[in-house]
Amino acid sequence: MPEAKKFLYVNRKAPYGTIYALESLEVVLIGAAFEQDVSLAFLDDGVFQLTRDQNTDEIGVKNFSPTFRALGDYEVTKLFVEKESLEERGLAPSDLQEIMYEDEDDDWEEKPSIHIVSRSEMADIMADQDVVLSF
Amino acid sequence: MSYQVNGTAIEADEDGYIVNLDEWSKDLAEEIAKAEGLPMTDDHWKVIDFLRNYYDEFQIAPAVRVLVKNAKKKLGPDIGNNKTLEAMFPDGAAKQGCKIAGLPKPTGCV
Repeated sequence: MPEAKKFLYVNRKAPYGTIYALESLEVVLIGAAFEQDVSLAFLDDGVFQLTRDQNTDEIGVKNFSPTFRALGDYEVTKLFVEKESLEERGLAPSDLQEIMYEDEDDDWEEKPSIHIVSRSEMADIMADQDVVLSF
Repeated sequence: MSYQVNGTAIEADEDGYIVNLDEWSKDLAEEIAKAEGLPMTDDHWKVIDFLRNYYDEFQIAPAVRVLVKNAKKKLGPDIGNNKTLEAMFPDGAAKQGCKIAGLPKPTGCV
């Protein structure tokens, strides 16, 4: 079997107001059925997608943020969040929800999926991909 | 299309998935199952409960492999395996199960 291609889904937009964030998540979930090495990147306003305790009651759209916690079930376990983007928006890693996955290769131990990386580390991650899809 | 439950019409899309998820009830589930030609057993109800809980927690109708994997964990290997689930839901465990559970069509199902 050929080696799985490395796919990076780049999320730059706030979760609501445009359809980009939800569309990106749906593409990731659908794409997860194929043999790909999938990572997600969150930068710029995209970091707001992962904030905890989202409540969309007043804007009349579905709060899809709990779906990020299902990504582990779909073997999507690498979520990279850019540190500078958080800081520029007055956010700390503790403002993000906890997203865990069970590591098949380590006796199903629960591990965090979110990794905070610097802008230069993010550039390296992007350079390392076969395919980069921007939302 | 629509389903009739206790004198009320419940609206569904052309594939039989209900439009307003809040309108689900056990009576409606029986009605959808009847329309699908599926007799509901205790095991069917366990899978329906599982699917509804999964949706509650994650706001997503799981793909079939995710359903099988998690059903194995939550309901045990006797139900949580491909063969049993496909036999219980001949039209696809996730696809048909979610329809009866009053959930959207699983993401990625065509």
